[in-house]
Amino acid sequence: MTDRYVRQFESLDAGAEPEWLRPVRRGAIERFAEAGFPAARDEEWRFTPVSAIAQTEFAPAPPARPLAREAIAPFVFGHPEWPLLVFVDGCLNEALSSVPALPGGARAIGLAQAIAAGDEIVARHLGRHAPVEGSGFTALNTAFIADGAFVHVPAGVELAAPVHVVFVATGEADGTVTHPRNLIVLERGARASVVESYVTIAPGRRYFTNAVTEVSSGEGAWTEHTRIQRESEAAYHIGLTHVDQARDSHYRSFTLAMGGAIARHTLHVRLNAPNIETLMYGLYLTRGDQVVDNHTAIYHDHPNCNSWEVYKGVMDGRSRAVFNGKVLVRPEAQKTDAKQTNRNLLLSDGARVDTKPQLEIFADDVKCTHGATVGRLDDVALFYLRSRGIPEGTARTLLTYAFAAEVVEEVALEPVRLELERLVRERLGAGG
Amino acid sequence: MLEIRGLRASAGGNEILRGIDLTVNAGEVHAIMGPNGSGKSTLAQVLAGHPAYEVTAGSVTYLGQDLLDMEPEERAQAGVFLAFQYPVEIPGVTNAYFLRAAFNEIRKARGLDELDPMDFLDVLEEKLKVVEWGPEIMSRAVNSGFSGGEKKRNEILQMAVLEPRLAVLDETDSGLDIDALRIVAGGVNRLRRPDNATIVVTHYQRLLNYIVPDQVHVLSRGRIVKSGGKELALELEARGYDWVEDVVGVA
Repeated sequence: MTDRYVRQFESLDAGAEPEWLRPVRRGAIERFAEAGFPAARDEEWRFTPVSAIAQTEFAPAPPARPLAREAIAPFVFGHPEWPLLVFVDGCLNEALSSVPALPGGARAIGLAQAIAAGDEIVARHLGRHAPVEGSGFTALNTAFIADGAFVHVPAGVELAAPVHVVFVATGEADGTVTHPRNLIVLERGARASVVESYVTIAPGRRYFTNAVTEVSSGEGAWTEHTRIQRESEAAYHIGLTHVDQARDSHYRSFTLAMGGAIARHTLHVRLNAPNIETLMYGLYLTRGDQVVDNHTAIYHDHPNCNSWEVYKGVMDGRSRAVFNGKVLVRPEAQKTDAKQTNRNLLLSDGARVDTKPQLEIFADDVKCTHGATVGRLDDVALFYLRSRGIPEGTARTLLTYAFAAEVVEEVALEPVRLELERLVRERLGAGG
Repeated sequence: MLEIRGLRASAGGNEILRGIDLTVNAGEVHAIMGPNGSGKSTLAQVLAGHPAYEVTAGSVTYLGQDLLDMEPEERAQAGVFLAFQYPVEIPGVTNAYFLRAAFNEIRKARGLDELDPMDFLDVLEEKLKVVEWGPEIMSRAVNSGFSGGEKKRNEILQMAVLEPRLAVLDETDSGLDIDALRIVAGGVNRLRRPDNATIVVTHYQRLLNYIVPDQVHVLSRGRIVKSGGKELALELEARGYDWVEDVVGVA
């Protein structure tokens, strides 16, 4: 199965690529050829049925046809002045994108363009954060780096408006693969908010998105990173977000996962210095036969860092969710304060969730807690609402929405929060 | 308004109500008193349609309808209201959203137009006075982190907004300090009208100093063993529940 991708790689046109990139790609494909896709015996991938992906002969997506603005309107929100980068089947669509002049030399542009221009920041960071040893998927993405968003915020610069990066799958040809690659670099004291959306205009199509995002958060930087995954429910989505944080930085992520037949997001956050704060929030909504997996790992390598994680899930139909949250505290990471919570709501008898918190603590002066719950709607609360005249179906929806919305409230930027609430309401069939 | 005949109900196979007969007319306030475990709260919950209780015999007629044949939400839409002994916390749903949703469901069921948030705010402003509350309470999640007293006041606020024909107050006085008790009882009294009725379920006579009943019924082991005027409550307070049980010869 790996040969196919190796052959695709050999036929890549290196073109006018900068010299540093070739060995990065070469190393990645070699790694992939050696390791292949993760196997079921791999503990990290035990619950993710990747064989369906490994055994499908995906072809690179053909060049996308022009897309009307109306086609992407349902996925764009907020203010028209917000920086917007739209990628159609993996390639930047300039006609649909609009980025106003950003303050202080900040940039939000296509990665392909930045690479072609020989950008030094890109050379310094691309492929330097997310290790290709992590998984075959990351290696594959790195070998096939083509396009995605490059956001660079220089020292002390604040972006008031969030940068919205939208990956649209057209499903024009069935069985195609894209490897979106994003690079977000915040220098010392910079502030920015980035939203990644993975969407489709072909809800029934089976395609494969293999995305990787690298984030470098400089000293004292503040980042809010939101990820909205609403791919086709017949599609496959594998995503990795790797974050490196420097001293005194604040990074908060929110992940909404509701698309994909098989979808997985891995979030790795490495705390590379003392006094770092990390907030990780997530919500997964599954139905039908979906399998949605969230793996998170936070590496407390230095003292005096705080991490706070809350992931919630609502599972319906015969769907299945997986949550695996690792917190690793090294011996030198004294005064670590880490809290992890995973709460799950099962709406049907056929739905299930596998939740596995993993705390590995090697320091003695730390405060680390975790908790996982799996439950159903509270009968007493249901009766309470019905006793006030609210019909049973409406009451169920209201309680389900309330359960999910609680974690959405943690999103700092209001317009982003409102959009997430709208998506969750729409998905759960909750009105008003 | 309400006719209960030979009502028997059980939970988990245990019979709790063993033949209740009770008639409540419009404009009346009835107090149901009794020791712990006598079935007071069960009666209140059966009237609201709590699914944990199984009615095994008897009938309940409410405004000419078979109440036992109605879903909990249909009962509420028809004007039955239960103030819970233990109001439920619902994190993530604001009081404002909850109250408007309930208010509009009941209006819808009666063929009336639903009110939008702005118009509902006008309705609410009046109702908040009933429980001496400001508008801040509306943006808090339903009962979430409320004190015991606040929860009971919230029940009365809901009652004020939903304007029931038959209100059943289940131990609304339990856990209230004297100020909260005055506010809660004051709210109930302000909501009394000639066309509605109230059933006050309570263990203690104290609440009946504020909400004066027309009739008092004493429940023991699932049956009404004694009925009388408001003076019966005072007699119970003085002589204890053992007295009633002795008088009627309950073993």
